[in-house]
Amino acid sequence: MAISFTVNGKDVSVAAEPDTPLLWVLREELALTGTKFGCGIAACGACSVHVDGQLTRSCSVPVSEIAGRAVTTIEGLKAEDGTLHAVQQAWIAAQVPQCGYCQSGQIMAAVALIERTGVPSEAQIDEAMTNICRCGTYPRIRKAILAATGRAARAAAASAQGEA
Amino acid sequence: MADNPNPNLEEIEAAPTDTTPVKKKGIKRRIFLAGAALLVGGGVFGLYWADNAAKSRARALTTGEGEHNFLTWMKIAEDDTVTVFSPHIDFGQGTHTALGQMLADELDADWAKVKVEQAPSDVAFSNTALVEKFLGEMTGYPGLIAALPAAVMGALTRSQKIQITGGSSAVRFTGQGGMRVVGAAVRLALIEEAADRLGVPASELTTADSKVIHAASGRSLRYGELAAGAAERSLRSDPVLKSRKDYRLIGKPVTRRDIPAKVDGSAVYGIDFTLPDMRVATIAAAPVRGGKLISVDEAPALAVPGVEKVVKLDDAVIVVAKGYWQASKGLAALSPKFSDGGHGAMSTPAIYAAQDRLRETGKPDNTAGEGDVAAAFKAAGGKVISADYRVPFLHHAMMEPFALTAHFKSGKLEMWGGLQDPIGARDRAAKAVGMDMEDVIFHPMIMGGGFGRRFPGVAEIIDQAAQLARQVPYPVKLVWSREEDLRHGTYRPQSSARLAATLDDKGRIAAWQSDYVQGDNAEGEVGFIYDVPATSRRHFAYTTNQIDGPWRSVNSTQHGFYNESFIDELAHAAGEDPYRFRRKHLPDGSRHQKVLDEVARRSGWGTPLPAGVGRGIAIVESFGTIVAEVIEATVKDDGTPKVLKAFAVVDCGTTVNPLNAEAQIAGGIIMGLSATIGEAITLDQGAVVESNFTDYPILRLADAPPLIDVHFIESDAPMGGIGEPGVPPASAALANALFMATGKRIRTLPLRQQAKA
Ligand code: FES
Ligand code: FES
Repeated sequence: MAISFTVNGKDVSVAAEPDTPLLWVLREELALTGTKFGCGIAACGACSVHVDGQLTRSCSVPVSEIAGRAVTTIEGLKAEDGTLHAVQQAWIAAQVPQCGYCQSGQIMAAVALIERTGVPSEAQIDEAMTNICRCGTYPRIRKAILAATGRAARAAAASAQGEA
Repeated sequence: MADNPNPNLEEIEAAPTDTTPVKKKGIKRRIFLAGAALLVGGGVFGLYWADNAAKSRARALTTGEGEHNFLTWMKIAEDDTVTVFSPHIDFGQGTHTALGQMLADELDADWAKVKVEQAPSDVAFSNTALVEKFLGEMTGYPGLIAALPAAVMGALTRSQKIQITGGSSAVRFTGQGGMRVVGAAVRLALIEEAADRLGVPASELTTADSKVIHAASGRSLRYGELAAGAAERSLRSDPVLKSRKDYRLIGKPVTRRDIPAKVDGSAVYGIDFTLPDMRVATIAAAPVRGGKLISVDEAPALAVPGVEKVVKLDDAVIVVAKGYWQASKGLAALSPKFSDGGHGAMSTPAIYAAQDRLRETGKPDNTAGEGDVAAAFKAAGGKVISADYRVPFLHHAMMEPFALTAHFKSGKLEMWGGLQDPIGARDRAAKAVGMDMEDVIFHPMIMGGGFGRRFPGVAEIIDQAAQLARQVPYPVKLVWSREEDLRHGTYRPQSSARLAATLDDKGRIAAWQSDYVQGDNAEGEVGFIYDVPATSRRHFAYTTNQIDGPWRSVNSTQHGFYNESFIDELAHAAGEDPYRFRRKHLPDGSRHQKVLDEVARRSGWGTPLPAGVGRGIAIVESFGTIVAEVIEATVKDDGTPKVLKAFAVVDCGTTVNPLNAEAQIAGGIIMGLSATIGEAITLDQGAVVESNFTDYPILRLADAPPLIDVHFIESDAPMGGIGEPGVPPASAALANALFMATGKRIRTLPLRQQAKA
């Protein structure tokens, strides 16, 4: 039975078994491998995407539940002219990734956080950014989120304080 | 070499490498040198200058129309693009960028026109300079050995069990001994070519931004114009390298080349690789390491839609399907029976108990130290201070689970995936299926973390994928579930130690003894840095059914915890400040003392803290780099620790890329804190209890220090590693901070289990 939904603005229809997690449909049927497999049990966030704008761990949602809905993956964040999303740009400026494997999920989580809160507080960042990064890029993730929300100046002040 | 920041190749080779005496090292060095003599006639670097076969092979593999290859290490295209071939894999530690910086600096290349690419997994690109230095430092060796003559091979393979690591070496050995020399030599060839073309003496020429310039006449030639002629010239093997003041790229915060593809989802990791007609497989190996597959009824898996085949290996069962989900459903439907290999009684408490017994009643397998500790203890009467420490098995938990694609066709085995040593991977795959290494092709892919887990010597997925590929007519990608990954790790060994010491009447340490029990590998023990007249460090070998793996910074993690916790205990016993107590046991004016002083200064050591907050300090030297850390921490209401601030001061000689080095140290601290607070692999009835990130908790952003202050001291010492040395001080610095905060001394890790108890 074909299941139809949109991914990054395009209509798609897939013939997967209904219990197949969205993650594997994205990666194996639609060749969108920017969304990663990390744990399969909603514990790490590597597979994070947006479903109707909501941050969703795609390893733990059956594709049948996605029918008729709109999915955005890391590949769909940039503008049509190829300009990267402000969060992606902040990620490059802060040189966040190390191995990079968790970063699609981190970026999707950060985008959702900023869309929800505008300018997230430190406590909101702590609460929302629960994705695992084994390489330990957390300080730069925090820095990039602050920079992306136009609070670069405050972040700089905080780090100057840290140096003193 | 210690007083020359820019050693050339001869100096590097001439330099004594055995600063840390370790028993087994000599054996390995001899084996290697025998092999090197057979292979390259004794001159380690000579391969690249003398071996035309390697050169033409490398050219064929990498060099296209309008491009000119130099020594297999780099090529220049007529449009001036310089491509540097890195024999190392970059798994996020910024190696490729750093190696490119080093070569391009000596070459005086325009950085905007420099690319760094993964070298093919071909012996023409294996790195002899690295092998030599690696063995000199007793840390293992990369894949060149797989290419050595068969007679040497056997001995080397056996020695592989002793110690393996991949990290912290690329830049200081390949970079210093290889990339810089090549860049400088090619620059001279370009100058000579330009001198002929312009009809001026070479001495009147300078280089900058990928051009050779004749200032007197205002003429210049681009490297791209000169490349064809320069590539025909013989290259000098002893070019003079730049001195520090002339660096334009080394030491500069150059941004990493691989990052854009890691923020837009386009980077293709091993697990992302796909081929037409490819199937996906997943695996369950015997839950008890050492166990075998007894039987399995295949029918329930074959009844799952999309499942195509069940493959039985000696110790595992594999389900092959159209996609990962079907394969994992098929695997879950099976009820395979495995034996326990006789290890059914192995458990974490049993291991600690056996280690204690061995330490108390057994004989040590390795000893090091100086002076007469026994006499000093006797002289001190009953006043010997002692403490027992325990650390658990630790898992690498690289974010990308193991995945390897393999295709056997027309007598050749082709593989795609991320492993820390591609040539070694070919060798292991060939052996697993009885093929010739020449018939195994390996395509290195980007790796989602490694930390030591992806070294072929400990990567059994190579055997599994190779054996699987021999049984199916199509390409197949074998993907491990996270559960498989967590339960079949090659862990940092569970280990324990008793430390004992006496103080003299001036409050100095008179004698220090460390009796530690871990696997059969004593190498990589942290060198003892303190000035103590009598020391004894005794290793008792205790092996389990687990395979000990190199875990980021190897044995330095547990010894950093033991030594730096215990010296803290001694400081308190002596009634002294832990920083000052350490300081007075370090030679005045030493690098160690400078690093310690600087971290105390930057962290505001001694300034008042809020109630319930403690500050802890630790210093460890590993991989040629000295790192001191200060942690500020408190205890949350639920009893778990909260790290508030972290400071690190690092002396690794020269920093090639401070932006990246800072990330490596900060990441290392977070990995160290994560292990200290939460991580433990537990054995019960021979099998691993933990299953996923739910019961093997990795530190998350909210629990990581929001800022980590990392500072580098540039010194003239030989370049040290940067990927690993941030990890070892973190455990003790945190435990020491919590002692200051609570008065409770933590001697068993992880803290999470302490908090519960
Ligand atoms: S793979 Fe989905 S949360 Fe880990
Ligand atoms: S960058 Fe490697 S896991 Fe996050």
